[in-house]
Amino acid sequence: MAGGTHELTIAETGMPGEVLPEHGVGPRSFGWWGMVWLIATEATLFALLLASYFYLRFQSPEWPPEHIEAPALELPLIMTAILWSSSIPVHIAEKGIEKGHQGRLKWGLALGWLLGAAFLVITVAIEWPETLHEFTPRTNAYGSMFFTVTGFHLSHVLVGLSVSAFAQVRAWQGAFDERKHVSVQNFAMYWHFVDIVWLFVLLSIYVSPHF
Amino acid sequence: MTTVVEPDWKNELSAELDETWHSPPGLREWISTVDHKRIGMRYFYLGMVFFVVGGVQSLLIRMQLAGPDLDLLSPEAYNQLFTMHGITMMFLFAMPVLSGFGNYFVPLMIGARDMAFPRLNAFGFWVLLGAGIFMYSSFAIGQAPNNGWFNYLPLAGAEFTPGINIDFYSLGLIFLGISSTGGAINFIVTILKLRAPGMTLNRIPIFVWGELAMALQIVFALPALTLGAVLLTLERKFGFHFFDEAGGGDPLLWQHLFWVFGHPEVYIVALPGFGIASAIIPTWCRRPMVGYTYIVIGELAVALVGFGVWVHHMFSVGLSNITLSFISLASFMVVIPSGLQVFAWLATLVSGRPKLSSAMWFVLGFIMIFVVGGVTGAMFAAVTLDQALTDSYFVVAHLHYVLVGSAVFPIFAAIYHWGPKMTGRLLDERLGKVSFWLMFIGFNVAFFPQHFLGLLGMPRRVYTYQEGVGWDAHNLASTIGAFVLALGALVTMVNWYRSKQRGAVAGNDPWNGETLEWYTSSPPPHYNFVTVPTIRSREPMWDQPELAGGAQAPPEGGRPLTGGHVTLSTSLLDARPQAIVHMPHATPWPFYFSVALTVLFFMILVELWYIAVLAAVASVMTMVGWYWPRHETQET
Repeated sequence: MAGGTHELTIAETGMPGEVLPEHGVGPRSFGWWGMVWLIATEATLFALLLASYFYLRFQSPEWPPEHIEAPALELPLIMTAILWSSSIPVHIAEKGIEKGHQGRLKWGLALGWLLGAAFLVITVAIEWPETLHEFTPRTNAYGSMFFTVTGFHLSHVLVGLSVSAFAQVRAWQGAFDERKHVSVQNFAMYWHFVDIVWLFVLLSIYVSPHF
Repeated sequence: MTTVVEPDWKNELSAELDETWHSPPGLREWISTVDHKRIGMRYFYLGMVFFVVGGVQSLLIRMQLAGPDLDLLSPEAYNQLFTMHGITMMFLFAMPVLSGFGNYFVPLMIGARDMAFPRLNAFGFWVLLGAGIFMYSSFAIGQAPNNGWFNYLPLAGAEFTPGINIDFYSLGLIFLGISSTGGAINFIVTILKLRAPGMTLNRIPIFVWGELAMALQIVFALPALTLGAVLLTLERKFGFHFFDEAGGGDPLLWQHLFWVFGHPEVYIVALPGFGIASAIIPTWCRRPMVGYTYIVIGELAVALVGFGVWVHHMFSVGLSNITLSFISLASFMVVIPSGLQVFAWLATLVSGRPKLSSAMWFVLGFIMIFVVGGVTGAMFAAVTLDQALTDSYFVVAHLHYVLVGSAVFPIFAAIYHWGPKMTGRLLDERLGKVSFWLMFIGFNVAFFPQHFLGLLGMPRRVYTYQEGVGWDAHNLASTIGAFVLALGALVTMVNWYRSKQRGAVAGNDPWNGETLEWYTSSPPPHYNFVTVPTIRSREPMWDQPELAGGAQAPPEGGRPLTGGHVTLSTSLLDARPQAIVHMPHATPWPFYFSVALTVLFFMILVELWYIAVLAAVASVMTMVGWYWPRHETQET
């Protein structure tokens, strides 16, 4: 059987003169396309969730209802800065391994992980407890939607952090090189997706109640 | 031009491929297999088991309704039975069996060695099994879902249905959605990336287009059901407010979310059925399909417009007139691409030399029944008529004409057409025709009178009715028809069993088919093809004589790919070879993962949170086990 690093020979492919790479990356690999369609279905889920938010909002005479204040914007904007900045090291890690830079891969993933974790900790330790003083998911539909939408997004951050942790273990084992790194590409794509979704969460949940 | 295939050359390759791809027997291998053919067979068998279960439920329902004022079933039992009949037939029979045929035949028809994600494929089956057990365990405690398959709020809320009936429904559908979504993504990537060299977009078999259209609909429609079920679970179990008016919610939100999924779901079940018809008709008419391009565009158009018509299930809830007009228009529009396909089938039949085999009879039955369902569907697109007939037996008749027409009859056609490929044995043609006529007559006797029942005002979902309102004769006829239909289905099942025991040997290509599943042996070897062929035609088996030997020789474009457990990745539009991809080996981790998830969903159901957390941790561990590379060559 062919080893992990050399390409299949012409005889093994069976077509005279044909040499194909043994590992596809990007659109040549199956995994990359799998992630594209996973993101497509997840994006649909978020779109429907936000549509449900606005559906309930426009059924309601006032929003937020029952003398709840529209959410404060300072902390969410700080969180936004932290989360979005995490995409930069992840991008550097991905571009790094495309050229075979193991260092950029490891430190980029690690820094992205720390920034993502900071976002998660701030949400769970500061943002949610402060909000819970004012209303809970059981208070009314507004409260339910607030925590469901942010919770949905946060669960995606958590999944992203887990996938990143797994990819980092593999990176330290030296599993990736310039020809084999679909997992890194897939994690990066997923992470950027989670960051883009946050834009819509921010605008819907935090900004739109002010208007 | 035909090269004589050297037996030595072929045998040598077969032996080498067998070495790489075979799996030894044993229990561990049984739960570990990732072979799309074995998984496809399992989908098929499990789906047929649920077909029998759902069928028995419908017979109980029909016995209860055979005459006025019968008390065979209590009202509560009746509610549970019709609810589970709907859920079973849609989610546990039609989708799995059609996915099963897809699993088995898509890789064969496109000339691939397996699906793109074989482990995900295995996982999808195990999750289906787990979700089926999960939902059916509700009968064990007498608390099956009981509010109908669309489960409207506020009836389904904690206030009016306090038991755990509805939790089985919502959690079960979330769980099952994991399987359907994974399967859909697998189909899409397989069809986009694993086609044999030369199989450009305009050479993809129509059945494969049908599976692709189905998969795209699942990707974009299923999230609505999943979201609705998640919100419902949060409301019922944790006191969130989404659907209850008092807390600022709106019960109509559920209806929107359900039907944004629910209408495409009809096409999710119908499009592969259309594809089966388009796979069978050309073979048995000895000519290429008329209007290939129009059929493909028609299927994709149905899939697309299907997203814009969900409100036609809600014409009577009091929405604005502009909404109703728009949706009514879109609903009429669906008739055009659907009708286009019907005319293409008819044109192929008329211009070909049709041979009326059992498979063809079932296809003809499908066309006739589906057209009746389509006509009543166009009637329902008219808002005023819908408002008069909604929630009556006219709807029951319509939906059975559409769904039995476009799913059950094509599935039975496929059993006769593709069964020999799956088992290597021919089915008995005489029994096949007996089965068809029993089913066709039984179906029409069972469901045509329901149109009249609807016009006479009989509402759907009533557990009994009084004497003397003029419904007796129609109901009795319907019950008799249902039993004839069931008998017809039973004949095919007996036929399948008999053919497996002592049917005539099928050979590679018993019907002189035109697509690539007939290129290999019946049943195919683990590696599907000795050589992955190069395709130069839309009907390769008819136009490329060198394929007849079962192995296109390398000088003519066949690629043996013996250098490992590999398949080809080809470009999306024109299927040029791009890379050699190492495929995963058999692994038990998808099975373990599905077991952990099954435990997780049961624990959420009974609210044992500590064990639920343990099961969640176990799920993550099994995922790590799944992705932990064990072979040097595995994709990372």
